[in-house]
Amino acid sequence: MGGLVYFSSASGNTARFVARLNLEAARIPISPSDEMPEPATPYVLICPTYADGEGRGAVPKQVIHFLNDATRRKLLRGVIAGGNRNFGTTFALAGKVISDKCNVPLLYRFELAGTETDIARVLAGLDKFWGTECLTMA
Amino acid sequence: MKDQVLRTPLRAINWNRLDDEKDLEVWNRLTVNFWLPEKVPLSNDVQSWATLRPEERELTIRVFTGLTLLDTVQNTIGAPSMMPDAQTPHEEAVLSNISFMEAVHARSYSSIFSTLCMTKEVDEAFRWSEENPHLQAKARLILDEYKAGSDPLKRKIASVFLESFLFYSGFYLPMYWSSRAKLTNTADLIRLIIRDEAVHGYYIGYKFQRAAEKLSAEKQQELKDFAFALIFDLYDIEQKYTAELYDGIGLTEDVKAFLHYNANKALQNLGYEALFPPAACEVNPAIMAALSPDSENHDFFSGSGSSYVIGKAVATEDEDWDF
Repeated sequence: MGGLVYFSSASGNTARFVARLNLEAARIPISPSDEMPEPATPYVLICPTYADGEGRGAVPKQVIHFLNDATRRKLLRGVIAGGNRNFGTTFALAGKVISDKCNVPLLYRFELAGTETDIARVLAGLDKFWGTECLTMA
Repeated sequence: MKDQVLRTPLRAINWNRLDDEKDLEVWNRLTVNFWLPEKVPLSNDVQSWATLRPEERELTIRVFTGLTLLDTVQNTIGAPSMMPDAQTPHEEAVLSNISFMEAVHARSYSSIFSTLCMTKEVDEAFRWSEENPHLQAKARLILDEYKAGSDPLKRKIASVFLESFLFYSGFYLPMYWSSRAKLTNTADLIRLIIRDEAVHGYYIGYKFQRAAEKLSAEKQQELKDFAFALIFDLYDIEQKYTAELYDGIGLTEDVKAFLHYNANKALQNLGYEALFPPAACEVNPAIMAALSPDSENHDFFSGSGSSYVIGKAVATEDEDWDF
């Protein structure tokens, strides 16, 4: 199974989601002065959305900084996005932006800290996804 | 001499010195999202309004007066009551924005009324809102926590429940009409309100969590017990309010699933786990689609097919890595 990298702001919604997955995951720090994780193997990124009404600013700045590095970006295989359906058309927009920009699939979207159903789907989905990934590598 | 010793200086707010980055982030989000009801062409709904049956029109006006009452409470009492509890001057400024936007929300329902309805129908609905025991009871339960001298954190819990839970028995109806291609401009306006309420619930819930994490495990448990007890009490009233409003058009069970789903989200805003199990939260997909249009499930893990679509390849240089 591949790795997980995630970002969560001080509100901690995404961090709570990741904790419930109970999988090893590296956190992109909130503070720009802290060290970025340097994944050595392919990974899936889990990222919350901070878009305004027009969809601007969807991807948190620290995630942009993280992906700005070509070595890290090369290992990105897919994205899972957090958000809130109350934001209408911009729900979980960060996932779509990263998916388009990095040419990786948008694997899943969840609200706030996710539900039991979300956790089960993501665990099953990741399992299947990394299985597929291995086959294509072989 | 006495003056010099006792008076602490009055402090001007400095937005370039932040104690909590979240204050500026939320301030920016709220101010960029600012809107007024005049922005929405409500008059385009006049014809659609005429297609509703009289009892459907009465229901809609009643639902909107109920929402107006909650917005009024939050505008004049809820948000101002949290200002003295603010940990930073910036938090107070954000609360003043929240308070004002609640006034805009309350004002918007009157714009809908003046565009679509007759004065007599509206006056009757306002009277109904004053006399409806369930509506009055839920507003009073929240007001009890807003009273001076009550626990600042319990006040935040009550506020998050108002913003993230109590509105939804009302928000359901314009989403339902919209899913049937009725009152679509009104629904656009309500979606702006729903968006604002999400930021309010998120922010106040965030401030709650920051303050609660500094407390003893015992006190934290007491707050959690209080929160779950309050949402049970509110839910009990909401069930009755919902049945009274929606039994007539046979939508009560559908609305309840929406209530469960939103109660869980309100608890998540406070950092708590869900109360209602997934099976109780299966909201009608048409309502979900009305809530977030154009964002149907196209993602890989939810898809029924085995393939997935990835974005068109964009050749990017590091220099243009600008989201």
